[in-house]
Amino acid sequence: MRLLDWRVVGQLFLKASSLQRKRATLTVAAIAWGTVAIIMLLSFGEGLKIQLMKGRRGMGENIAVWWPDETSKVWQGLPEGRPIRPRMDDIEYLRGRMTAASGVIGEMTSWSSSMTYGQTTITGRVTGANWEYGEIRHHFPQAGGRFINANDERDKRRVIFLGDALAEDIFGEVKPVGKTMFVDRVPYLVVGVMQHKMQMGTYKGPDENGAIIPITTFSAQFGQQRLTNIVFKARTAEDMPLARQQFNESLAAKYRFDPTDEQVTGLWDTVEGAKVMGNIMIGLQGFLGIIGALTLFIGGIGVANIMYAVVKEKTREIGVQMALGARRGWVTGPFVLQGLSYTLVGGVLGLVIAMILIILLGLMPVEGNQALEFLGKPTLSWQIAVATAGILGGIGILAGYFPARRAATVDPAETLRYE
Amino acid sequence: MNWPMKKKNGTAESNGHIIDMRAITKVYDTGKIQVEALRGIDIKVKKGEFVAIVGPSGSGKSTLLNLLGCLDTPTDGEYRLSGETVAGLDRDHLADIRNRRVGFVFQNFNLLPQLSALENVEMPMLFGGVGRKERKRRAHERLESVGLADRVEHKPTELSGGQMQRVAIARALAMEPDIVLADEPTGNLDTGSGTDVMGALQELWHGGSTLVVVTHDKALAQRANRVIEIRDGKVVQDTTNSEIEN
Repeated sequence: MRLLDWRVVGQLFLKASSLQRKRATLTVAAIAWGTVAIIMLLSFGEGLKIQLMKGRRGMGENIAVWWPDETSKVWQGLPEGRPIRPRMDDIEYLRGRMTAASGVIGEMTSWSSSMTYGQTTITGRVTGANWEYGEIRHHFPQAGGRFINANDERDKRRVIFLGDALAEDIFGEVKPVGKTMFVDRVPYLVVGVMQHKMQMGTYKGPDENGAIIPITTFSAQFGQQRLTNIVFKARTAEDMPLARQQFNESLAAKYRFDPTDEQVTGLWDTVEGAKVMGNIMIGLQGFLGIIGALTLFIGGIGVANIMYAVVKEKTREIGVQMALGARRGWVTGPFVLQGLSYTLVGGVLGLVIAMILIILLGLMPVEGNQALEFLGKPTLSWQIAVATAGILGGIGILAGYFPARRAATVDPAETLRYE
Repeated sequence: MNWPMKKKNGTAESNGHIIDMRAITKVYDTGKIQVEALRGIDIKVKKGEFVAIVGPSGSGKSTLLNLLGCLDTPTDGEYRLSGETVAGLDRDHLADIRNRRVGFVFQNFNLLPQLSALENVEMPMLFGGVGRKERKRRAHERLESVGLADRVEHKPTELSGGQMQRVAIARALAMEPDIVLADEPTGNLDTGSGTDVMGALQELWHGGSTLVVVTHDKALAQRANRVIEIRDGKVVQDTTNSEIEN
């Protein structure tokens, strides 16, 4: 189109009267409603995604968890069905060989130890772990406390770190840090309580319900050498396959089993789980987006409807303009602009309403509300804004285009012939 | 009234004829039946003529006017407007020809209701790419020449029938067309306003414009210098009224 064409279309658009004020208002409201629906749905999906990611990270990032098991393949003359049970000192061995891992830790777990403070005794889970566990498994201490450290592990100190829910069960209103409590009648000094965290994955129960003591202390008290779990953290998500391979090969070499024996090497790879979760979230957001787009589409049909009515009403005017020398594009352009402007006004209105709703929802207290804690809060992102604007624009153009196409078919001779 | 009719560049009139129609036919195909509205029309109109086309209802007058004004294209035959062959042009090209070469005056005025008299007169110039200042100046000039200098800002609904038709005449002249086509210009007017508009058209002719008017109005036909009578899609009579010709 030439500059002149745009100028003519613009002038005609400005001169066009909007006689259908009531209908235009309703149509704009429909578009606004559709916009609110699509933004709220997508923002809800975004909030859920953020919450799920946060929950997934609750257990730690780029980690894998391994359980001891029996072999299922014959290997170098050894039969199948042999249990593979690594020991505490295998952790150092694995650390030396797994270059793709930034950390390897061992765990030993007692599932029903009695934990006592004052008159309160709770039976629960106590885990002995290497001191790096705090960072790798995201056990961050509340202010005033700490996680177990390297000296605790070296000196087999009787120190204990409590999950926040467990701490409340045992200590109630009392501040636990610095207090002495008993684990199976052996005294321990409480050094820290875990910060509350979202945790969606677990392999032995929520971290908030367990206690952690140095692995060396655990071994001494319970007389155990065999590990209950091995956890390792890949340097990056991309390093995970290599880390797993190094883990399998190192362990297989030491305990003499087939490194491809999946019954032994099978583990929980959270990187893979994250990929699946990511795909599910993309699917969910796409689904929510389609529902929103359909709602918006109905608003678009409203715009198209009103534009058809305007074209019908203005058939004679269109005929006159054509008789006076207006090209088809000049006559149809204003209708497209009008359809777009209705959509634009409705879209901006809807965006403002949606933003207010999102802000109001953000003010609602989440703490203690389990449903909200899981669902998260609707979150507006620029991707959502761009997607919504794109869908709105497309619908606006279509809603103006089809009626405009009808306007273009007006035959001036036909319209001017009759009264 | 004084009409400044400038000679346009690039207007190659065929043998001095603004309109040159040869063996024009127009058939309306309604699916089941075909209606022959025009069956071989030959009309030539010279510059400066005032032609009245008369005939009974259904004789094909309006069809002929639509073809003359490039609102429609003939089924067969050759039509040259100011030397330019009209057949086979696309719709946008026809729109350009209507804009530059033809001025329309309709029975029911066909002014755009939401625009003022001035903006209505500006409309063809907007399509013709005339700059804003020049548009305003010319529109004022045209309205002044039809005696509506004090009505420029009025909307059509605020004008009488005669005034509306004079706005329409001013609009028809906005682009200084080669020919002004009028379809029953007095058909919707009372006798007084009708005479008023007839006078305006006649003065237009005296100013040098070429006019073709379709009319039932005998008084208007008598003011023309040439009367073409159409019956059943054919020209049955073509008389030049020498007494009126000056």
